[in-house]
Amino acid sequence: MAGNSTHKLNLTLKVWRQKNKNDKGKMVEYKVVASPDMSFLEMLDVLNEDLLKKGEDPIAFDHDCREGICGMCSLYINGQPHGPKQTTTCQLHMRSFNDGDTVYIEPWRAKAFPVIKDLAVDRSAFDRIIQAGGYVSVNTGVTVDANEIPIPKDVAGESMDAATCIGCGACVASCKNASAMLFVSAKVAHLGLLPQGQAERYRRVQKMIAQMDAEGFGACTNTGACEAQCPKGISIKNIARMNRDYFVAKLTTEEAL
Amino acid sequence: MATATKTTNWLVDMLTSTLGRKLIMALTGIFLILFLVVHLLGNLQLLKDDGGVAFNRYADFMGHNPLIQAISIGNFFFILLHIVTSIMLTVRNRAARPVQYAYTQEGKSSAWSSRNMMLLGTIVLIFLVVHLQAFWAKSKFGGLSETSLDGKSVHNLYDATQVAFAENWIVAIYVLSMIGLAFHLFHGFKSSFQTLGLNHKKYSPFIHHVGVAFAVFIPAAYASIPVLMFLKQESMSLFALVGCFVLALVFSMVIKPKQELKKSEGGAG
Repeated sequence: MAGNSTHKLNLTLKVWRQKNKNDKGKMVEYKVVASPDMSFLEMLDVLNEDLLKKGEDPIAFDHDCREGICGMCSLYINGQPHGPKQTTTCQLHMRSFNDGDTVYIEPWRAKAFPVIKDLAVDRSAFDRIIQAGGYVSVNTGVTVDANEIPIPKDVAGESMDAATCIGCGACVASCKNASAMLFVSAKVAHLGLLPQGQAERYRRVQKMIAQMDAEGFGACTNTGACEAQCPKGISIKNIARMNRDYFVAKLTTEEAL
Repeated sequence: MATATKTTNWLVDMLTSTLGRKLIMALTGIFLILFLVVHLLGNLQLLKDDGGVAFNRYADFMGHNPLIQAISIGNFFFILLHIVTSIMLTVRNRAARPVQYAYTQEGKSSAWSSRNMMLLGTIVLIFLVVHLQAFWAKSKFGGLSETSLDGKSVHNLYDATQVAFAENWIVAIYVLSMIGLAFHLFHGFKSSFQTLGLNHKKYSPFIHHVGVAFAVFIPAAYASIPVLMFLKQESMSLFALVGCFVLALVFSMVIKPKQELKKSEGGAG
């Protein structure tokens, strides 16, 4: 990293360490010296290098693209998912912290997201919700021409807003009820708004919500914490849309699911 | 690995889902919001300077009209349903996070009232027990003096309120409970519309402002009844109500709704 800051940050980290899903786990304190130019994950990389040199077990955490687009990184940093900025942890930089700070790093806390090791949690509950109906069935064949199906710009925009959800789970982590409504509603809105998504619209919303409930996520209290913490700024307007679709689906469709 | 369970009955399926339970909370909540309006309109007659004639006539009508009796049973049922459903949701919500965070800053992303609806609701429930025991139970099961009105003998409920609201601790309980109710309504009013799926750029700001004004005006107007009766200043009731209204307007204007977060350009790329 081509950093040009000369000053260093001396940080005290309090990190959740848990050997495996059956271990009880505890907070462990570490000291680390970081550059303000580092990303948060690079700071953890530095700490892990240090731990490896000492022959200790490095801290497990999820990451992949490190560009803020894949939704793999998580971390509940200083009481907020993805830390103090509205971005993903990989795009959070150490300049957001001050010299001498104590930083708490915890995994997402939810029954539906069991801890695998340290800070890595199993988010396959989200995959199962998607498998339950978060898709559009299409015939394979020749590629359809762009803009062949007319979609009003406003509708496309709203759908795109919802589609920016990267499924990181910050909504679940921030919710006092560990509810997955923002995630599910983003998928329901993203697909349900488009003409291609109409055929399965009412079946989709019922199946996805049934799976969401089966996974053990909490219910929604409309606190709005999820939209405030979402790195992609997904609006809880989508939750209202999902509720609407769900009640309409239950009350009017004849298909038994 | 968890899989969705299949229920044969669609209605049971819907009402026992997380969304269905929220629907019950919203619908019963809106009914209770309407009840608050009607109950306030009736009780403001306590502040009429006529020695309780209007209020006792109203209380006698409410106590004997069959339609009102039927609605009152519904009212009790909806209160019970609101409470039972909230307990079921809370149990589920607590179970959804078995291990708590060591350090959280929830206040940065949500309002205090929205996170403490159970606490606020409990305050309202405790108040309800005190309030029903003091007035409703007495008019149903005895304990009230009689007075003659329009040539017949009726319960003197007005007298009972005067006795109760002469005690400063009872007045204090009423005022504190109304503050709890205000915070409960502050979140509950707008939240019920969100649950029903009514969130729209055109009318959500309207729901927000009406909700805030409602959450201030209704509890303040209720609280003014015991306060004015304690101070024996019933003649000031009009000023007090105008004061409550102005206060509600100020709060409604000061507390702004959350801004829309973003709007994608849409299209490819």
